Amino acid sequence: MAAFAQEQLDALVNGMYREGFLDEQFQQIRALDEGGSPDFLVELLGLFCADTDRMLNEAALLLNQPIVDYKKVDAYFHQLKGSSASVGAHSFKLTCMLVRDSCDKNDKESCLEALNLAKQRFYELSKRLNIMIQLEQAVYAHKAGK
Amino acid sequence: MTIAADAPRFHVLAVDDSITDRKLIERLLKTSSYQVTVVDSVSKALQFLGLLEDGTTATPPGQKEVDVNLIITDYCMPEMTGYDLLKKIKESSLLKDIPVVIMSSENVPSRINRCLEEGADEFFLKPVQLSDMKKLRPHILKGKSMDSNESTSTPSSSSKKKSSNEGILPEWTKTRLNLPWSFLSYFSSSTCNY
Repeated sequence: MAAFAQEQLDALVNGMYREGFLDEQFQQIRALDEGGSPDFLVELLGLFCADTDRMLNEAALLLNQPIVDYKKVDAYFHQLKGSSASVGAHSFKLTCMLVRDSCDKNDKESCLEALNLAKQRFYELSKRLNIMIQLEQAVYAHKAGK
Repeated sequence: MTIAADAPRFHVLAVDDSITDRKLIERLLKTSSYQVTVVDSVSKALQFLGLLEDGTTATPPGQKEVDVNLIITDYCMPEMTGYDLLKKIKESSLLKDIPVVIMSSENVPSRINRCLEEGADEFFLKPVQLSDMKKLRPHILKGKSMDSNESTSTPSSSSKKKSSNEGILPEWTKTRLNLPWSFLSYFSSSTCNY
């Protein structure tokens, strides 16, 4: 049972690296878990996902105003670019950079397009991260039970 | 995490407005055996350090004297930046000897130089790595030896930042302030991640 969960976890993580969801920074993050317990990873990814979700929603609100405050939108994506780089969320980080490029041009349409891409990418990422967390916890629970 | 009972644990104050980065830096520091306090803004950092708006120092009532061995701060933050925090610390006679490390996700040469000239001891490009934590200890130990030197030798007279920095900054830093480009290649090879 544990071996199966470990296999699934490895396959998921390797796939995420291969598809560009994650980069080598994620390795660094994982290495910070102590004694095999995924507590830190779970907490960090939980904070990242909740905070990202919040900021994407607030950016969407700003972009739907009649007069868009591009500086504020850019500030959100500057933060998101930073936090996604910190956890190794590679492809999502790239979409954040696209939004910032559009903000630079004060181009509402391309900003909205880039925002939608970022939301989509984040949705795909967080789905996978949630599965990863469950598998990590299953693997650890079995190891701890031994 | 087990630590030898009598090993001193240095206290690091970390400042970052990003919740993700705060979690990460806290973990990196704890893994490296530091005692950590994390705050989300420069104003909270100043409050913690007992530094008032006008630059004078006052320990908040009910709080015992703060003993911080190093401050590590993000550069880009709303309201006050890491640079603003650095300036306030270097302007405070009580806090100026605490080593300050600046972190930034952006590799901007003028920014790096500005921070170093203001007295920052180190500049980390984000994302910060566990290996970067090893670079903190020499600054803390140097800061501690400054404290003991000042208590035994004649007090330094100048309150100017630049001349007080000359005593603190090692030779290599002074040279690098004149040669920003060679300095930048030192950092980009160790921390650049893009």
